[in-house]
Amino acid sequence: MAAKETMRVTWRLLFTVVAMFIFAVFIMPPIYDVFCEITGLNGKTGDQYQAISAEVDKSRKVKVQFLATNNESMPWQFKPMQSEIYVHPGEEVEVKYFATNPTAENMVAQAVPSVIPFKAAEYFHKTECFCFNNQPLKAGESTEMALRFIVDIGVAKSVNTITLSYTLFDITAAATQQSIAQN
Amino acid sequence: MAHGPAKGFTRWLYTTNHKDIGSMYLWFSFAMFLLGGVFALVIRAELFEPGLQIVEPELFNQMTTMHGLVMVFGAVMPAFVGLANWMIPMMIGAPDMALPRMNNWSFWILPFAFAMMTSTLFMEGGAPNFGWTFYAPLSTTYAPPSVTFFIFAVHIMGASSIMGAINIIATIMNMRAPGMTYMKMPLFVWTWFITAYLLIAVMPVLAGVVTMMLFDIHFGTSFFDAAGGGDPVLFQHVFWFFGHPEVYIMILPAFGIVSAIIPTFARKPLFGYSSMVYATASIAFLSFVVWAHHMFTVGMPLAGELAFMYMTMLIAVPTGVKVFNWVTTMFRGSMTFETPMLFSVAFVILFTIGGFSGLMLAIAPADFQYHDTYFVVAHFHYVLVPGAIFSITAGVYYWLPKWCGNMYNETMGKTHFWLAFIGLNLTFFPMHFAGLSGMPRRIPDYNMMFADWNMVSSVGAFLFGAAQIMFLFNVIATIRGGQKATDEVWENPEGLEWTVASPAPYHTFSKPPQVD
Repeated sequence: MAAKETMRVTWRLLFTVVAMFIFAVFIMPPIYDVFCEITGLNGKTGDQYQAISAEVDKSRKVKVQFLATNNESMPWQFKPMQSEIYVHPGEEVEVKYFATNPTAENMVAQAVPSVIPFKAAEYFHKTECFCFNNQPLKAGESTEMALRFIVDIGVAKSVNTITLSYTLFDITAAATQQSIAQN
Repeated sequence: MAHGPAKGFTRWLYTTNHKDIGSMYLWFSFAMFLLGGVFALVIRAELFEPGLQIVEPELFNQMTTMHGLVMVFGAVMPAFVGLANWMIPMMIGAPDMALPRMNNWSFWILPFAFAMMTSTLFMEGGAPNFGWTFYAPLSTTYAPPSVTFFIFAVHIMGASSIMGAINIIATIMNMRAPGMTYMKMPLFVWTWFITAYLLIAVMPVLAGVVTMMLFDIHFGTSFFDAAGGGDPVLFQHVFWFFGHPEVYIMILPAFGIVSAIIPTFARKPLFGYSSMVYATASIAFLSFVVWAHHMFTVGMPLAGELAFMYMTMLIAVPTGVKVFNWVTTMFRGSMTFETPMLFSVAFVILFTIGGFSGLMLAIAPADFQYHDTYFVVAHFHYVLVPGAIFSITAGVYYWLPKWCGNMYNETMGKTHFWLAFIGLNLTFFPMHFAGLSGMPRRIPDYNMMFADWNMVSSVGAFLFGAAQIMFLFNVIATIRGGQKATDEVWENPEGLEWTVASPAPYHTFSKPPQVD
């Protein structure tokens, strides 16, 4: 009798163990992503925005600053072609980033965006961005990369400056592995 | 029925006896304590003076990492499991643990886990060097190749802890003697009951986080890699969701041990038994909602900082209840100061100091100053060394006469206590000052201005280490002989374990005792 009771407790606890493992690996990361999207935590911006014809608020201007950072030993030259612009909320604008691969190797890069202040992240919509895809560049090649965005009309009045920062990662190894796997 | 232990080495290999397994856990944890201690002494020897003298920075980082991992998973946790194995069946009047074969298994996988982890020291690229918290990407993108061995070692020790916890819960729920209701259980049993639930809840999360690392390193996923759409900050959240309950796993059984010892030597029943139970449960519950206080500086919204700050401070309430109860138990008692009592009283005082520095760290704006300094090192060593280590030592001195039937040498025990007490405070108290003046953690070299405090710390560390050798000697001498202990050992101690003969026979409570 006691042995049966012990097995019941053991199975129940083992079930909890498996459930907690699944929670850690399959539930916590998606919850974290949703949480970051809602709060703008880490300045994560959303995916491609489908432009809706919104009115433009001509009465105010927001300064948008552009930054470019190379992650650790990434050898590319990577910079915004204008360091800042003034936009009206609701207005769609296009800016360009410039990248050169100075090495003798063909490489693939991935730019990861971040917006500061966090509370502006959900109001910063990108209708077109080079960060949506990875960027392959042949040895010695240069490119201009386009970014189109709208600062939402609903952005808080206290936000006068938005800083958009891109960090460029070298993903050549991972991208090569992937293309080999696809073939 | 009445058969003794088997002969030879296979006795230990095949044993399902809770006392044998408890002894093996305790010896194993003491060996790991010495190994982790050697790593600590390498660190303190290097930090004796500014500049690089003894080890390369690469090896220094491996030493801080291995010291933390070995002490947490190899010394403290198995020691508590060992005490649980020995004492819980005897305290609740059970003949053995509920799942004796699994008990054997959960012990015997541990030496393999730690053999695997320490073997990384001899591998190309060296042992893990990213700190015991193994933050990504240090532990993924920039990790030495040996990280995979580390991951599997963590999996194995996690499995061991989970099996131990299941066993303890099943034993407490189903094996209590007739009349032993939940609210009559000794506090050591209660605190372990709650600790076991914490283990069940968070060890799988630890297994999950290292599994995600394994996939990031070898299978091209990007849980923690920003380039692939992941986030290294996610690592910190998942890790500390495990890590904060983990630090309570290392302290709740300690509360149980001192709650057994203080009433015996104050010759008064424990003050506020039921409030102790509820306080333990509250602390366990709160441990799940405070994890982000380890990462105040990572960039959180203000609301998050405030919520985690207030929740953390709230933990001081049930902890304060406990300290109040211990002090009140001693108040107007006929106190004597045998070695276990000395360690327990030191526990109450020094653990409270560690609790206060914890409150200072909980203040989010102040934490920006303290974060990753030696103040943090001072804080968690004040809660872990006089907390976990002193309580385990107190427990060993308290129950050793029951285990082996001989009294330990009281003079040597007291000398051990005073050397350890002085050594501990010399080591860790100056770290508060070094930390407040800005000395960062995990560095092999430091500014001249921290030289004096570090020299004091290093001297204290070697004193503390030497005291432990005396402990080992005393325990071995007691097992080999000495003055015979009575069945009660102490004066009117409370609990079923004192009703059996000294030394405790190989099988106790084959017929359950009647508890009224």
